[in-house]
Amino acid sequence: MDRFSWSNGLLEINETLVIQQRGVRLYDGDDKAKLDVGVVLLSTHRLIWRDIKNHECCISMPLSQIIFFEEQAAGIGKSAKIVIHLHPPLVNKEPGPYQHSKYSYIKLSFKEHGQIEFYRRLTEEMTQKRWENTPVSQPISTGTGSQGGRTRAVGIVGIERKIEEKRKETDKNISEAFEDLSKLMVKAKEMVEVSRSIANKIKDKQGDITEDETIRFKSYLLSMGIANPVTRETHGSGTHYHMQLAKQLGDMLQAPLEERGGMMALTEVYCLVNRARGMELLSPEDLVNACKMFESLKLPLRECRVSEKGSLTAEEFAKLLGLSVLLSKERLLLAEKMGHLCRDDSVEGLRFYPNLF
Amino acid sequence: MSFEWPWQYNFPPFFTLQPNVDTRQKQLAAWCSLALSYCRHHKLYTLDVMEAQESPVFNNKKIERKLSMEAIQVVFEELRKKGNLEWLDKNKSRCLVMWRRPEEWGKLIYQWVSKNGMVNSVFTLYELSSGDDTEGEEFHGLEEWMLMRSLQALQTEGKAEIITMDDGKGVKFF
Repeated sequence: MDRFSWSNGLLEINETLVIQQRGVRLYDGDDKAKLDVGVVLLSTHRLIWRDIKNHECCISMPLSQIIFFEEQAAGIGKSAKIVIHLHPPLVNKEPGPYQHSKYSYIKLSFKEHGQIEFYRRLTEEMTQKRWENTPVSQPISTGTGSQGGRTRAVGIVGIERKIEEKRKETDKNISEAFEDLSKLMVKAKEMVEVSRSIANKIKDKQGDITEDETIRFKSYLLSMGIANPVTRETHGSGTHYHMQLAKQLGDMLQAPLEERGGMMALTEVYCLVNRARGMELLSPEDLVNACKMFESLKLPLRECRVSEKGSLTAEEFAKLLGLSVLLSKERLLLAEKMGHLCRDDSVEGLRFYPNLF
Repeated sequence: MSFEWPWQYNFPPFFTLQPNVDTRQKQLAAWCSLALSYCRHHKLYTLDVMEAQESPVFNNKKIERKLSMEAIQVVFEELRKKGNLEWLDKNKSRCLVMWRRPEEWGKLIYQWVSKNGMVNSVFTLYELSSGDDTEGEEFHGLEEWMLMRSLQALQTEGKAEIITMDDGKGVKFF
């Protein structure tokens, strides 16, 4: 067993897999090797064995090491085996599971059969000696880690290796995505501490809440997008965040609005904007607060709330937008055409409602 | 059990025929569904168009909206296309409302017959629609014309045969 070296199981260019058989246990001479049952693979160049459960445990040996081999019939309670007699180990052989062995032969024990075919193929390969025609540059010498050979991954082992790499990359992407969240968690922790200390002070009526603490607390709130709770002005003086957001929306919505005849439901805006943003999603409150700033920022957009009745006449709409009745009617009719509005025609006049159908 | 109105019933635009094609499609589908379930709830089998305009179905006094005659005709035409309505006269003033199609009634009747082991028996139409045995069944009280249609459907399927007896019609089930 000391002729084997650790391998990553990847085949070289020009090396082809000939046959593989699972359910094989290795023997060092007559002794069971200190390995579990695994899969034995025969390639044009090597004999490879891999642990079924632990794919990282993989060993190989060049076929040139084989002197001759023979079958050993199955017995009662004993599986059929192939006994392989080997040349002494090469001087520059890479390390393997065994440093030294007193035996010069190994056995493959076929617990799930397959020895007849394997024997036949081994005979073929040993006869053809294909490895002599297409030598591989060096014996595969990487350890159990996946340090390289990525570009030459073929065979089942190679596919498994690729899957593992993909999984690691996905893991990395996910961790990066959550970085923002963990930063938020750190901030939140600080906030909790400050608020706890303030709360305690209020409770114990102990000491003054320092100005520093108040400022810190307010800054936390602001950075999280909460408007200044003291002033209650959410209409005109929104936070800096909402002003920026409003400007962003002004740019972002020009094209979609044109496509939709100049009017979009706020819910549509919400979906469109969040779909575009992908990661930093807007809350409905943020959107509404940003919309309220359109007028003060003189942006060419207006949030128009349909009147308390939930509907508009052309006249009411005209007043809202500061347009002529004719023009506002056109706008309404266009919105109806696009399916945003529906009409209510009665003795009270023509009113337009959001299309709830 | 009182009738549950759908949300559209209290939505004023529901009573205006919508010009937008897609919106109208949804509106009409809702109207058909409402008309049929109303008739079903009240076991109405015929409608008079003039009366319909004043019936609560098409006239919501609470929101002061009602469907115009033109719109009612559109809804009825839609129902006719779907096979739930049949005009009784050329003037389209009265119609039969089949909130359950004849085939569906036939199936119910046949199920009752076979469940009670009465296959191969003969029934009069009266027995089926108004007999003591059928009380509690959904088809109890079914108007004769509808019953006939249903039995005709079963006949086509080979599950029944309508026979003429001395004092009226009867049916034998197979």
